[in-house]
Amino acid sequence: MTNTIIWTIAIITVLGVVLALVLFLVAKKFRVEEDPRIDEVEKVMPGANCGGCGFAGCRAFAEAAVKAPNLDNNFCPVGGNDVMAKVAAILGYEVAAKAPQVAVVRCNGTCEARPRVNEYDGFSSCFVKATLYTGDTGCSFGCLGCGDCVGACQFGALSMDPATGLPVVDESKCTACGACVKACPKRIIELRPKGPRGMREYVSCLNKDKGPVAKKACANACIGCGICAKTCTHDAITVEGNIAYIDPAKCKLCRECEAMCPTGAIHGVGFPKPLDKDAVKARIADRKKKAAEAAAAAKAAETVKKED
Amino acid sequence: MGKRTFSLGGVHPHDNKISRECRIEPLPLAPAVYISVAQHIGAPSVPCVAVGDKVKVGQVIAEPGGFVSAFIHSSVSGTVKSIGPRADLAGRPFTHIEIAVEGDEWLEEIDRSDTLVTKIPEDNKAIIEKIRRGGVVGLGGATFPTHVKLSPPPGSKCERVIINGCECEPYLTSDFRTLLEKGEQVVVGAAILRQVMGNVPCTIAIEENKPEAIAHIREVIAKLGFEGIEVMVMKMMYPQGGEKQLIDAVMHRQVGSGALPISVGAVVQNVATALAVYDAVQKNKPIIDNSVTVTGECFPRQANLLVRVGTPLRYIIDHLGGVPADAAKVISGGPMMGRAVANLDAATVKGTGALLFLTEKQTRRAPETNCIRCGKCADACPMGLEPFLLQKLARAKDTEALEANAAQDCIECGCCLYSCPAHIPLLDHIRVGKGFVMSAIRARAAAAKAAAEAAKK
Amino acid sequence: MLDVVVALVPAVLCSFVFYGWREILVMAVSVCSCLLLEWAITRYMLKKPSTLGDLSAVVTGILLGLNLPYTTPWWVVLIGAVVAIGVAKMTFGGLGQNIWNPALVGRVFLLVSFPTYMTTWSQPQGLFGADAVTGATPLGVINEGLMGGASVQDIMAQNGYDYGQMLFANLGGSAGEVCAIALLLGFVYLCVRKVIKPWITLTIFATVALTALIFSGVNPDRFTGPLFNLLTGGLILGACFMATDYVTSPMSLWGGVVFGVGIGFLTMMIRYFGSYPEGVSFAILIMNSFVPLINRAFHQKKFGRK
Repeated sequence: MTNTIIWTIAIITVLGVVLALVLFLVAKKFRVEEDPRIDEVEKVMPGANCGGCGFAGCRAFAEAAVKAPNLDNNFCPVGGNDVMAKVAAILGYEVAAKAPQVAVVRCNGTCEARPRVNEYDGFSSCFVKATLYTGDTGCSFGCLGCGDCVGACQFGALSMDPATGLPVVDESKCTACGACVKACPKRIIELRPKGPRGMREYVSCLNKDKGPVAKKACANACIGCGICAKTCTHDAITVEGNIAYIDPAKCKLCRECEAMCPTGAIHGVGFPKPLDKDAVKARIADRKKKAAEAAAAAKAAETVKKED
Repeated sequence: MGKRTFSLGGVHPHDNKISRECRIEPLPLAPAVYISVAQHIGAPSVPCVAVGDKVKVGQVIAEPGGFVSAFIHSSVSGTVKSIGPRADLAGRPFTHIEIAVEGDEWLEEIDRSDTLVTKIPEDNKAIIEKIRRGGVVGLGGATFPTHVKLSPPPGSKCERVIINGCECEPYLTSDFRTLLEKGEQVVVGAAILRQVMGNVPCTIAIEENKPEAIAHIREVIAKLGFEGIEVMVMKMMYPQGGEKQLIDAVMHRQVGSGALPISVGAVVQNVATALAVYDAVQKNKPIIDNSVTVTGECFPRQANLLVRVGTPLRYIIDHLGGVPADAAKVISGGPMMGRAVANLDAATVKGTGALLFLTEKQTRRAPETNCIRCGKCADACPMGLEPFLLQKLARAKDTEALEANAAQDCIECGCCLYSCPAHIPLLDHIRVGKGFVMSAIRARAAAAKAAAEAAKK
Repeated sequence: MLDVVVALVPAVLCSFVFYGWREILVMAVSVCSCLLLEWAITRYMLKKPSTLGDLSAVVTGILLGLNLPYTTPWWVVLIGAVVAIGVAKMTFGGLGQNIWNPALVGRVFLLVSFPTYMTTWSQPQGLFGADAVTGATPLGVINEGLMGGASVQDIMAQNGYDYGQMLFANLGGSAGEVCAIALLLGFVYLCVRKVIKPWITLTIFATVALTALIFSGVNPDRFTGPLFNLLTGGLILGACFMATDYVTSPMSLWGGVVFGVGIGFLTMMIRYFGSYPEGVSFAILIMNSFVPLINRAFHQKKFGRK
């Protein structure tokens, strides 16, 4: 009996040692030489492997970053400026801080505002629906409501609101990786800067139909009237093809366009106080009056000069 | 002789030809027509009239926008009211020419008499030019410009012309009525096509559920004395009228993947196209109207109407009594391959062949359950594909595997979806998958072209 | 699935007639526990709508019941049902997702876990028979006899095995082993209704017959002949109802042929050279594992392609 035990222990031990030796030798012989910095960079990455940087996972990003001469083309939206600072420190590069971005759903065609004119009875996917027709409402540009964006988000930042039929972004979870932007066949979701203290303005509509047609389809549509562009004193709004667009780089968050928009298509998000439309309108009217008075005064001064 | 059929797959839905006794009757003119410039395969046509112009029936209002394109003619006489975007039946905007109808004046050169013109011009080039000027496109549903089809690329030779009178979709009877009521014109049209392709044999294929049409056409051929044209009786099976399936059934040759029928020596034209060819060549009449079957069990009055191109769908339906209360779906075309109408304000196009009304019970999709890999879809597929696999790959967006499994060969006939016992929307997914593969193929072709041009430099 | 249930009815009725109320109990416990388990898992664990309507649990229950001796205690049957539905079917994702035939997985699990219950075969006693008289199945008898050194012909003569009996039934065995005619009737029904394609089954029969023919031709003392092998054991039940299950069998014609050849050959190898007298269950389960590979290799012929 003891003999058996001794033999067993001996054989197992020898086997273990031999196998360990084999593993060690093989690991040494087939070792892939890699820049050790790749591992270091990978360690500081968030590890989400979401593809938001444009590479196939965090390790691929690390490899690309180590090979690149600078970090201009490598930015991790999930890790943001913190992670990029760490990566820059490891590689000895400079990296400029980028403004954090967030996904914005640019459609406000709720069930109430945008009545359904037919019923879709096909496979429930925005992608499939978009290949078949323009949707179950009168607006052929708006959200299709099947939630492909929700499925695409790896961070659980999107959810469909059953009351409105539109997707809702949870800003605390959104990492601006861009997956939802790619998933939406109507290109409704846009990555826009989060804005100072999370405040931003955007036009929540993509409808390029003429005003009356757009309005008939959806009460919240942008009718391309251009009032916002005329109001904006910072040259941030362009109206082209019956649709307005606010350039986030130029917008100074004065909210005047939002107050003047006749359909409420312009949305302000993250502001501490709700918009007092009357006050803003009064401010605009006041400014116009002063400008008109100044212009009249200047003109009067000119005519006096001429007479002199 | 046994009835011919294609070699793979197919399903056998009930043919429901409840409108087969309805003679083709002309629909009274609508107050306005909206003629789309994009009603054929190929480049959209370019309007050549302006707002305010007065037009007559048969006058050219849009010219071809490319080599694969077609002339478009006014189907009414009146004034051009607007040229601009208008939603089609799927809600997508396309340029339409709106014409307010005034009277019914036709161009003088059009022969409106009923006399049958049997003498075929001898100049084949002139015939094809007349077909081109007549805006003739394939009226079997694909709307491919006919003059392009009749001009095979150098090196390919046509060995047989097949006239497709199968009308394999359930409910549809306009081709059947055309064969019965305008059989002589169809036969002359077939003779013209036969001559243009090099005096090759011509087969008029008719499904066995149309015995009257078979008998009538045989009589007409004998009476008119045209040689080289015969009627072939086809087994009643869907999709017997599919181009590739029909060539397989008639000539026992299978068109390869991505290839054209001319590569096996076949030219297939629908019965209605043959009629349009007759009209264009013998009567100088361009395509300005087509027969539309309006049907469905819940529809109170079955009809086959002769409708001018560009007539609003709503007008047609109202003329026959309005949308029935229990109709849940309106389909432009047949129940297998037709498109559900999302916008009843859309107007007819050259390829509109039917308006089908189906009830909720007939069309509501049953809830989807798991695929049990029974293989019924693969048995039913006339192209020999494996839909159960393709839908999985499409859901996974695996473009390479989709191409390897021939998703691009799918003819979107709907046999798979029809046979699935688990009610999986197979065709919806395969269509998406097909889209991936086609973009990949196009991207490769574009890259290859760019590389070839770069190499030249 | 309703068609499959209908096709199994003749065999089930036969088993009731031959084996009596105990068999009815086994069948009832099997079917009910399969149904109950599928309902419970779908409702409470997966939280999806009930899938009982597709009758696949009923089919699994019937097939499991036909695979077991009629003297199996009810709690053993219950465990078999738990393994068949819970492990072999629902853990993979429910209907359509399993790799192995659930009824066979249940049976094999019981065979391995409760060998005494599962290998004690009793003679048919009729509808109201008294206590069972234990004995072995023809295959079991042959197996033991061969191990004891007798030759095949001697054993057959000793036990008075006669093909007529085997075809029409009442030799010992599991309920599914008896009454070949009833099972074949069901098979023909399924083929006529175009529910299953016959080539898998016919390939299995052909392979079994051919293998048996070759081997018994070479050494008739050691190896049993083709007709014996076709008629005994669960071959007919397995070939007609288990191997043709959609979910676990290949999709294409040639794939099915390869599958059938594999099952037939493995069955014969296990019967001739293995220590188990019966090989169909194992053969089918082994070939089930190869089905995804077979499906990859054998595709349907496509239109217009060579």
